[in-house]
Amino acid sequence: MTENKASSRNGLLIDYEFCTGCHSCEVACMKELKLPPEQYGIRVLEDGPRKTPKGKWDWTYLPFPTSLCDLCEDRVKAGKKPSCVQHCQAAIMTYGPVEELSKKLAEKPKMVLFTPV
Amino acid sequence: MSNETWQWQEDGCTVSRSTQWSGPGCHNGCGILYYTKGDKLIKVEGDATNPYNAGRLCMRCLNLTEAVNHPDRLKWPLKRAGNRGENKWERIPWDEAYDIIEEKVKSIKKDYGPESIIGMEGTGRNIIWQVPYLTYAGFESPNYTLGFLSGDACYLPRAAQQAVMQSDFFVTDCAQHFETRYETPEYEVPKVIIIWGNNPIISNGDGFFGHWIIDLMRKGSKLIVIDPKLTWLASKADFWLQLRPGTDSALAMSMLNVIINESLYDKEFVEKWTAGFEKLKECVQEYPPEIASEITWVPKEMIIEAARFYAKNKPAAIQWGLAVDQQVTGISAAQAITSLWTITGNVDVPGGNVISKSGFNVDDGYNCGIEWVSEDTLQKRLGNESYPLKMYGFASTAHGDSVLKAIESGKPYPVKMLWLQTTNPIANMGSEAPRVYDAMRKVDFNVVVDLFMTPTAVACADIVLPAGMSLERDSFRAWFAPLRAISKIIQYEECKSDEQIVLDLGKRLNPAAFPWKTVEEWLEWKFGNAKDHYPDAFQIPWSGKTYRERGNTRGVTFKELQERGWIYADWQYRKYEKGLLRRDRQPGFNTADGKIQLFNTLFDDWGLNPLPYHEEPPESPYSAPELYKEYPLILTSGARSWEFFHSEHRQQPTMRIFHPDPLVTIHPDKAKELGIKDGDWVWLESKRGRCKQKAKLAATLNPKVVSAEHGWWFPEKPGAEPILFGVFDSNINNLTAQCQNGETGYGAPNKGLLCKIYKVTEENSQVMPTMQVTKMGGFGYDRK
Repeated sequence: MTENKASSRNGLLIDYEFCTGCHSCEVACMKELKLPPEQYGIRVLEDGPRKTPKGKWDWTYLPFPTSLCDLCEDRVKAGKKPSCVQHCQAAIMTYGPVEELSKKLAEKPKMVLFTPV
Repeated sequence: MSNETWQWQEDGCTVSRSTQWSGPGCHNGCGILYYTKGDKLIKVEGDATNPYNAGRLCMRCLNLTEAVNHPDRLKWPLKRAGNRGENKWERIPWDEAYDIIEEKVKSIKKDYGPESIIGMEGTGRNIIWQVPYLTYAGFESPNYTLGFLSGDACYLPRAAQQAVMQSDFFVTDCAQHFETRYETPEYEVPKVIIIWGNNPIISNGDGFFGHWIIDLMRKGSKLIVIDPKLTWLASKADFWLQLRPGTDSALAMSMLNVIINESLYDKEFVEKWTAGFEKLKECVQEYPPEIASEITWVPKEMIIEAARFYAKNKPAAIQWGLAVDQQVTGISAAQAITSLWTITGNVDVPGGNVISKSGFNVDDGYNCGIEWVSEDTLQKRLGNESYPLKMYGFASTAHGDSVLKAIESGKPYPVKMLWLQTTNPIANMGSEAPRVYDAMRKVDFNVVVDLFMTPTAVACADIVLPAGMSLERDSFRAWFAPLRAISKIIQYEECKSDEQIVLDLGKRLNPAAFPWKTVEEWLEWKFGNAKDHYPDAFQIPWSGKTYRERGNTRGVTFKELQERGWIYADWQYRKYEKGLLRRDRQPGFNTADGKIQLFNTLFDDWGLNPLPYHEEPPESPYSAPELYKEYPLILTSGARSWEFFHSEHRQQPTMRIFHPDPLVTIHPDKAKELGIKDGDWVWLESKRGRCKQKAKLAATLNPKVVSAEHGWWFPEKPGAEPILFGVFDSNINNLTAQCQNGETGYGAPNKGLLCKIYKVTEENSQVMPTMQVTKMGGFGYDRK
């Protein structure tokens, strides 16, 4: 990995507090990358629903990019957002330089920053 | 990408900006970009410039290529070649199909009267004015209905109740009426949103993009969720009221009790803009929280705290859904819930429940063309004889259960023909599906218009016509804001748009009512344009509803709308203060005295309950204790899945990867007691019949309640009987009932019945339900 790559690395910032588990990112990605059946460039993991000892419910979805994710290189070159980011129904995904996203990461809890490539 | 035009070239594809509605589809109308090469759809993207969905799409839209390019689509008109149920067909030209239909319609009208023909569609999608127009103006029959829907229990109870109580539709304010959306200066984010009887992020009911709720949660809205099942939204809510299915009315009355008795209501609004408050106040005394708690199973403290939370935080909105309708007290629950937003003054204010209008009023929905039915014939509308709401014109459809009974009994007159346009009643719309199957097969002549060969078409159709999908038709979406263009972009085989089919047939059946040469000209008429060209079509008033003015786009043509994509009409808050709701332009609501009728005087005149009340579901632990011993679980059904819209989308491989089998959710404690493990196939059985689904264990329900999926058939299985795409094997409507309606004729208890569950074994599965229904006369019980 070169210095240049590190300074220009892009990532996905996900506000997973509001991920509803709608699968839009998964299907958007399958279509964009033209993946064969049961292959995913992004997957949504699920925890819960589970009642915590405090009596509250935990039910959390977490989308994470797999090894097939290329951050939609071609789309981004054409001036578009990665397909998962554009189509996310909860609008919780942001694409951009890691440096900028890490600042946003500090702004609220229950966020995660991925750097798939 | 260009915003200047609706079509452009990109990557060797033509890109077209349009709206995806149906079919296949849902109750949304999202902005979409279709990428096509010639007549082939290559891919879709959300249209980021469209404020409705702002570029977002659900998995079903993202997977549209699998629908549009599916090899099993209907491609040309078919005439039945074997017996009904054999799935044998002969390809015929459109003209031959039209000849056959024209001849049948004319001879039935002559011999039996136009009322013997029933026009049906599925749920309210992009045929909501076309099928009514064909039924009323083409067949000249008063009997337009929603595919046997019991108690008309999908939005219609709420719509009829609103028509009487204050005459307009209320929706949760998500700034959807403004092009600038949440940035609109006068908009306010609701402090509290009650999600009542729906899971909008999946169901997207009634032109409501469910993830707007997420937008608002991120802007600070707090939630109260009222649902027997823990939804994801419920897990994030400040209050989750886990009520017993079918007790919504009692819960709402108890919340009113708290708000009124603790003086948390908006006194000024109540005084100025409502009638009957004192009578409501008296009536809610019957529902103190301790009583309501016994009825609803919601803890008393929770009812009190939630009521206070809603009343004390203004603005607040209530996003309601289908569960309100699917109980015998559907009308009553709707009245009680409407009373909640009324007495708290959350009426047509920013961030409250606001009065919506379809875009430029061009959508008059289910009444479109009713003026072509003669006064005498209109009186023969099935259901009118029993229900005053129907008789006095507050309803826009014939009564589904009365249609069923007329077919079965030949009374008050025989039914001779069914026109079924994109409805699949035995898979979805009809409860008591085996009964509906028998009834449809009894009718002499049936036409099915659809996208795929369905179980309904195989079982009963004589002619099958192929409908174009959303991107194969020129049309529009006006329900609610904005007014959106739907553009024909490709042609698939010999498919025709629903508009074209109706227009072609209408011109043959009643040319005076169909003067338009093209679909585009017909759309101009809907838009209130081209008056000079078709003076005859304008002679008859717009609609039977005298209180609603005819829509018009003020000169915007279909072509202009297509170029622009969408237009937002002027829309304002507090319309009742400004004289914008009444024809006389006086302030007030569009009722006789200009006030919201908390006490429903019209209901009182008709001998119906003028105030909300609780009535036990006909099959409940309390109303039917003996039955409860044999069927000790409360059955709710119909919760939506991300992958499917009702009975649609089952033939798409990607959807079935995510959701291969029908699922019934059971509490782990109950499952353990019954010896059922996660993933086991189980039989669900009510006193009417049984079906097979796969157990999903989740602690999201009260252990006494189970939740089953609806709409399941298996397009991958053979269509010919006795397989019939396996339509009855997993069909929850083997268990549900027709003809158990509320006193108004509205409402059906389909979300609160009794059942039992047991594991599937080889010996208890010798005869599958589809075999039982198609070859052995059904489940053998007395049909009421």
